[in-house]
Amino acid sequence: MRVFADMWAYLSDGANWAGSDGIAALLGQQLLLTLTALLMAMVVGLPVALWLGHLGRGGFLAINISNVGRAIPTFALLALLVVAPWPGTGELGPYGRAGLATLIALTLFALPPIITNSYVAMREVAPEVREAARGMGMTGVQQFWRVELPLGLPLVVSGLRLALVQVWATATIAALVAGPGLGQVITDGFFRSNYGKGIAGALVVAAVALVLELVAALVQRAVDPSRRGTPSGGHTDALSVTGATVEQPAESVG
Amino acid sequence: MRVTLLGAADDPSCYSRLVNDWVCMDYVSDRQQEIVDATIQHIGITVVSVVLGLAIAFPLALLARRLPKLESAILAITTGIYTVPSLALFPLLVPFTGLSATTVVIGLALYALTILVRSLLEGLRSVPDDVRESATGLGYGRGQLLLKVELPLALPVVMAGLRVATVSTVALTTVGSLVAYGGLGNLIKDGVLTNFRAELFTASVLCVVLAVVLDIVLVLLQRLLTPWTRGVRA
Repeated sequence: MRVFADMWAYLSDGANWAGSDGIAALLGQQLLLTLTALLMAMVVGLPVALWLGHLGRGGFLAINISNVGRAIPTFALLALLVVAPWPGTGELGPYGRAGLATLIALTLFALPPIITNSYVAMREVAPEVREAARGMGMTGVQQFWRVELPLGLPLVVSGLRLALVQVWATATIAALVAGPGLGQVITDGFFRSNYGKGIAGALVVAAVALVLELVAALVQRAVDPSRRGTPSGGHTDALSVTGATVEQPAESVG
Repeated sequence: MRVTLLGAADDPSCYSRLVNDWVCMDYVSDRQQEIVDATIQHIGITVVSVVLGLAIAFPLALLARRLPKLESAILAITTGIYTVPSLALFPLLVPFTGLSATTVVIGLALYALTILVRSLLEGLRSVPDDVRESATGLGYGRGQLLLKVELPLALPVVMAGLRVATVSTVALTTVGSLVAYGGLGNLIKDGVLTNFRAELFTASVLCVVLAVVLDIVLVLLQRLLTPWTRGVRA
């Protein structure tokens, strides 16, 4: 295929990687965007969701926020933010043109999986364990830090992993509003009918998504107390983006 | 028509460049045809994509169930597709299918497929073994068992997956504006390019409304198809 030859030619030419709008710079920019958005979503979402899960309140909200989030197109959200007087298309340091709008859109996009998973993680701690902790005289705060959080951590991390990969992939949409990131390579190649370049951009995005997914899977494995002893146990496939544990509790309620 | 809303005839309309309101009913009534066309395109692309996704997911799920060795491969491949961003997938397909609605439909069907294969497998797995055994004992063949016992019992889980797939497809269709077949996404894109707030806002709201409406339709359909769960679930 001609396009794949073009793609290879584009990728193997070092000049396309260098420079301020080369692949390497855009990749770094998108990584920075993704990690910042994820961090912001964690700061906002984790404390609220974990504490609500600890108290067992607000479940309806925590579960349904995922469904609401799915219904709102990121493109529409981003478009609204860019056209609005604030945040608009202003340049934001290393985040580039429309950096703030992109960050806000991606943060909002990362919140639902983080909130839903963290809430479910807290609720899924076995009631016997919780009662035993109370019977030992633990206060609510002690229960939260010493029992519920360690036991729920794998599911919390799987929510973060889901959010990470989704945010990384979705960050490319910023290019539709002339924003930052690797999406530029894709749309640029596409609009100039240079499909090889577009596909090259897509390939880089997909490859990094896979790397992020694998790294996140390793982190998840490292924090899972039950899997540490028995490496053969559990049901991970490294590629599972929407693991059964993530979807099931969310759907059985709605 | 808009005069009645604004009072004076020489006032600029609320979607003129000078005013550029976010919410503007004049825009909706004046550009009604354009909005209806975009909405119909959006619904069409969404429905065809999800149906196509379901049509591919069904045999895949059956195959995965019959051959457990294939299951992890099928799940890995479909999940791999999901990590390809939509913005990347459409240009990837253009060299083969051109700038057409087909490009968008194939891309979206691939995404829907990922969700649907998983929920079909999960649904079929949720059928209790004793039910399956008693059906076999009653003389049901494999095909009959699937159609008359397993599928109806798997329906709640499958419908949950179908709802997720439909709602995400409605949202993802907007990205199809890249190849000019994005339904309401086309209006959103135009709204950004021309700084047309009423157009952008109206199309965005319609997108969300469309997702909610289709979700409700599926819930009603599920109630209709599984009358036996009504007493328990409601």
